[in-house]
Amino acid sequence: MSTINNPGLSVLQEIEPLLPTNTANIKDRIVSGIYQQAESISAQVVKSKNSQYTGLEARLDNILTSRWLGFPIMLLLLTLILWITITGANYPSQLLATGLFWLEEQLTALFLAVNAPAWLTGLLIQGMYRSLAWVVSVMLPPMAIFFPLFTLLEDLGYLPRVAFNMDKLFCRAGAHGKQCLTMCMGFGCNAAGVISCRIIDSPRERLIAILTNTFSICNGRFPTLIALSTIFMGTLVSQAYSSVLATLAVVAIIMTGIATTLLVSSLLSRTLLRGIPSFFVLELPPFRRPQLGQILIRSLLDRTLFVLWRAVVIAAPAGALTWILANSFLGETTVFALIVGWLNPLGQLMGMDGVILIAFLLGLPANEIVLPILIMGYISAGSMLELDSLNALRILLLDHGWTWITALCVMLFSLLHFPCGTTLYTIFKETRSARWTLLSALLPLGLGIVVTLLINQGTQIIMR
Amino acid sequence: MTINTTPLSESTKNNPDKQNNFVIALAGNPNVGKSTVFNRLTGLKQHTGNWPGKTVIKAEGTFSHRNRHYTLVDLPGTYSLHTSSSDEEVARDFICFSRPDITLVVCDATCLERNLNLVLQILEITSRVVVCVNLLDEAERKGIQVDIAMLARQLGIPAVGTAARSGRGLESLINVLDDMLAGKVAIRPRQLVYDPELERSINKIEKRLAPYLPTWINSRWVALRVLERDFSILEHISNHKNNDFPRQVLKEEVALCLP
Repeated sequence: MSTINNPGLSVLQEIEPLLPTNTANIKDRIVSGIYQQAESISAQVVKSKNSQYTGLEARLDNILTSRWLGFPIMLLLLTLILWITITGANYPSQLLATGLFWLEEQLTALFLAVNAPAWLTGLLIQGMYRSLAWVVSVMLPPMAIFFPLFTLLEDLGYLPRVAFNMDKLFCRAGAHGKQCLTMCMGFGCNAAGVISCRIIDSPRERLIAILTNTFSICNGRFPTLIALSTIFMGTLVSQAYSSVLATLAVVAIIMTGIATTLLVSSLLSRTLLRGIPSFFVLELPPFRRPQLGQILIRSLLDRTLFVLWRAVVIAAPAGALTWILANSFLGETTVFALIVGWLNPLGQLMGMDGVILIAFLLGLPANEIVLPILIMGYISAGSMLELDSLNALRILLLDHGWTWITALCVMLFSLLHFPCGTTLYTIFKETRSARWTLLSALLPLGLGIVVTLLINQGTQIIMR
Repeated sequence: MTINTTPLSESTKNNPDKQNNFVIALAGNPNVGKSTVFNRLTGLKQHTGNWPGKTVIKAEGTFSHRNRHYTLVDLPGTYSLHTSSSDEEVARDFICFSRPDITLVVCDATCLERNLNLVLQILEITSRVVVCVNLLDEAERKGIQVDIAMLARQLGIPAVGTAARSGRGLESLINVLDDMLAGKVAIRPRQLVYDPELERSINKIEKRLAPYLPTWINSRWVALRVLERDFSILEHISNHKNNDFPRQVLKEEVALCLP
């Protein structure tokens, strides 16, 4: 209760003696007055044939949130969605790539026909168009399958059940149970996830949720993970099981992300942000029949095209920048090669290389463009080849010394590195603190460096 | 969006923008389909997820009907207005200080009783309330019947039954809003009555406070808050007392949004 120090409120001095001292009691009496009248109105207005929460719905809730089946069902649903995405995206992805790179040939021919200078052709076609084509062909199909499926679960009312299952874990980590919902939101977009942390009222728990949101793999990173997983993890076993293994690898990365969220939350709530978790009431909303048409249209328009457009808008200039860096010379070498040379030792330690690190750095505006920049980097660094399928990408990466360990390290580093520019800006706006924003970038980055370092060095020792 | 083609009346000629713009606040418990009602009315068709706590910021949208321009403000879903959370504070402050022309409270027909707590609390702040009993389709499936006319009589304010997902009842909802703004609806809002001892204290405090309060605020409601020793409300009021700030700003913003 606030004290009165506003001089304009002298009237309060007059009133204070009138006030009863036992406020708790008064609040209770006011609330019970309201409840009584709501009850009496409801009794006259509502006629119910049977009790409200019985039958199928209650049974379904018992299964979905049961102690033993809750988690396996969650895992199963997640795996199923990703498996459908990975298997379904393969063919349209190749089709799109073929079409778009056929167009590239035509455009190059056109540029040649009008005698355009070589630098312009390079900048516009090898720089901008090619990154765009990659963004579209690699990202569009998985998104067009993944988003409607995720939205379907959301529409059914499954997400609160997930939050219900996870509540105990988050409580044990000293965080707020609603953080599970903000985490789910982060799977869509980390910036949106950070904003959704406003549903957590306690500032301490909200900060924890904001700082750990980046451990949810966002839209921008899913396509990269799916592509790399399909290329490298999928080919470790025979054709028949490849999509299964690729799916499991992505699921494993997501689970690692969730585990990291819990671990870091717990760490923060024991060190920088100490305190006990506050309690809250989570309502399990009724299951609703999803509106399929709505889901399809909205998730395609609002999410898929939105993300794609963002990627395109950022990928075009970033592709141009990469091309410029790769084609402007400082003495003997290009600027790009120079930076790659600096970053290479660190990259090698972490199981990656300089080009990968520079791709993550240049990918700061949006995670969507990490893979395109990577490809640009490799292509401009020498061997020009037609990238018309995932297989061509695989050959390109293999040519540059990639192994499944490289792919694993890139996937882990994609999970554990600084959030994208938009998210960082959002974190700054939400926390109004440069220090928390800085921590939100350094914390996952530090973790990523340590984890990839350990994985790489560890596997090197085992393999030897 | 429809375009105003009918001739302007005398009063609107003098002040064409302000006379025809109305602000409707959309309040309600979490997950009762508030955002669906919002999207259906404004045509702003974002996808609305099925989980509580989805609306974290006030969303605004506009629509026109029978010559009136409406600005709809989607408030975060709350179970009460006790200001124990920031969501509740946002909702309360908007209803109390921004003074929307009508507060539309969306209720879940499948658990009306819990929703009525919020309706009654809002009725303590303002009498310009319309109740929208949503999710009627779901209630019917569960064998729950809601007597809308009886509800309206009990509360003394208009009540409309809807199933916003399919668009059912929204037409009459808009008509009721229109009728209320036109002054065609008689409202006798039900007043919450507390136990006699509490009532005596409320009356005493209200009498003392009333002369200092601006006329637009419900002095009984302020007395209740003071009784709970929530003095922050008085500081809020003193900040708002002399200038009509939020309402004015809001109206001007609305005017800017319109063609």
